[in-house]
Amino acid sequence: MRKCSLESIDRVFAAINADASLYLPVDGDDGKAVYTKWEDGVKWSGALNTVRSPKSFFFPQMEDLVQFRTEGKTIEVIDPRKESEDFVVFGVRACDAKSFEVLDRVFLVDPVDSYYASRREHGVIVTVACTRPVETCFCKTFGIDPAEPAGDVSVWKTDSELFWQSNTEKGEKLLEKLADLTEECTDEAVAAQKEKINSVMSRLPLADLKADAFGAGKTMKFFDAPEWDELSESCIACGTCTYVCPTCQCYDIKDFNTGNGVIRFRCWDSCMYSEFTKMSAGQPRLTQKERFRQRFMHKLVYYPEKNGGLFSCVGCGRCLSRCPISMNIVKVMKTIGGKADE
Amino acid sequence: MQKITRDQLIEKAASLLGNGTVSCVLGWEKGEFDYDVTPALFETESELREKFVFGDFCGANLSKYLVSKTRKCEGRILVFLKPCDTYSFNQLLTEHRFDREKAYVVGIPCEGMADIERVKELCGDGISSVTADGDELVVTTLYDDEPVRVKAESVLAERCVNCKSKKHVAYDELIGEDGEVLSSARFDEVARLEAMTPDERFAFWQNELSKCIRCNACRNVCPACTCERCVFDNPSSGVENKAAANSFEEKMFHIIRAFHVAGRCTDCGECSRVCPQNIPLHLLNRKFIKDIDDFYGEYQAGAEVGSRAPLVNYTFDDLEPGEVFERGGQDA
Repeated sequence: MRKCSLESIDRVFAAINADASLYLPVDGDDGKAVYTKWEDGVKWSGALNTVRSPKSFFFPQMEDLVQFRTEGKTIEVIDPRKESEDFVVFGVRACDAKSFEVLDRVFLVDPVDSYYASRREHGVIVTVACTRPVETCFCKTFGIDPAEPAGDVSVWKTDSELFWQSNTEKGEKLLEKLADLTEECTDEAVAAQKEKINSVMSRLPLADLKADAFGAGKTMKFFDAPEWDELSESCIACGTCTYVCPTCQCYDIKDFNTGNGVIRFRCWDSCMYSEFTKMSAGQPRLTQKERFRQRFMHKLVYYPEKNGGLFSCVGCGRCLSRCPISMNIVKVMKTIGGKADE
Repeated sequence: MQKITRDQLIEKAASLLGNGTVSCVLGWEKGEFDYDVTPALFETESELREKFVFGDFCGANLSKYLVSKTRKCEGRILVFLKPCDTYSFNQLLTEHRFDREKAYVVGIPCEGMADIERVKELCGDGISSVTADGDELVVTTLYDDEPVRVKAESVLAERCVNCKSKKHVAYDELIGEDGEVLSSARFDEVARLEAMTPDERFAFWQNELSKCIRCNACRNVCPACTCERCVFDNPSSGVENKAAANSFEEKMFHIIRAFHVAGRCTDCGECSRVCPQNIPLHLLNRKFIKDIDDFYGEYQAGAEVGSRAPLVNYTFDDLEPGEVFERGGQDA
């Protein structure tokens, strides 16, 4: 464990940024934190979290996959990927750090998504333990400890200091670079800090929310639950929940006609959209109720079924605060999960 | 704080359900917290008593739901509409989007709705409860031992600070007294943008619209956006796009949408309320409203049913395009 004073944070950022681009949450002009590239003068936001999750670092909303250029009878195939450079994402919360594990199980299994893999390889994640969780937080429901965030390096913030602990080889290397700016220390202050966080966690309104009713093998139990009608009744079919979600991973691949060729790109897609996974016979889910159900069943049942029981919700609370009609996974879990076993 | 209470609305709904005037009720359902209210359909009095809510966080405009719910429900639907919502209601009727006979409008007065983001700015995050007390909101947070009291008017949503009308332009019956059309300052911000140089204005919108994540919440909530199938969702349209490929496309979606609803937008403000990225989308629409007022005479979409919007009407007095240009179009 190493530590540095909060006052020296800008020097630490400068040192990290010296040989890898550093991104961190910074308050935007509307007061909301956004991951922003660090440069001299940029201030780390005190906000609990960003509106957009850091999944974009590895799975951007839009990216070109391949380009075809035709000239006469020849077709040139162009790989638009540039050699990825190393980058560091600082200030990731425990919930979002867990989301990378959820995404890894999708993109890094065979066949490996080389676009995602390359970014994961080049990215170093520095998490920061939460200090002020809010009412919409429920990461504990999914076994995530905001006082013990994962990542390559974990950081704890107290009133005057930052404590750094490396968890991986990448993290070790990063801390080596910061050796001159940090000093060896004991973990007493961190232990006290953890206790502080845990005492807040137990006071959260969603502290008692349990996911036990869900998980692998529960498809038939919930699929035809009559409550889906009511829950999806006023869904406006926008993609807000899916696009602010750190674990939503669906995308579409399209060809853009450039006039003398094609740019094949992929972009985020949303199961809430009527055009999602459109096939020759149309959209397999004809009603908003089916699309709505898909999203929550995927988080709570289908994904765990295929991934050793791991839920694909991390309890970050973004959908709770951003849904235009305030319908969300917590309400779904409480409504259909509270039912006694039939 | 609202002048009418949840109980008054429940009594009204229960009696209309009871005497068979309506078969269901479109209203607001309480959430996990005091502020996360969801629009909902209620079919019985007991459902209403259990879940119905009315208060400072019932900003959602229910009028657009009538398009789908009047098709779905047997019988008439009671819908509670605040003054600004009734403009959307009329505009939807003007566009023949639902059957008037299937809706039973109970107009309810509105003292302005609170914006939870403003509450958080003033009281801090970690809100554990928000209750109304006179003209104040009493806010408890996870981090303050004592509740924080704020004036309700200090946490009003922008659209309510600049409320254009307390008058109901459509209703079957009213609860409480009707208000008046107000002279609001809603165009002040537009005027500020107009005063910018084109470069400054471009930079302003570039910055705002680059935040867009194309979640389509603005479009889907908009009472003026009721196409069965949006051109942006239709792969055969040639302009379908799920994500903006570049900064041009970022602007294209919103500007095209603003053009599409020009003359039909009632300025209900739902687009800005739902934007997860806090883009002030209502300013695009207000610019159109202001220009239409300037060029064709004052016109309020939804003020009555059946009026022909200036942009889809022709009169001999209409401005020639050249005049539009001379009267400020070059900077517009």
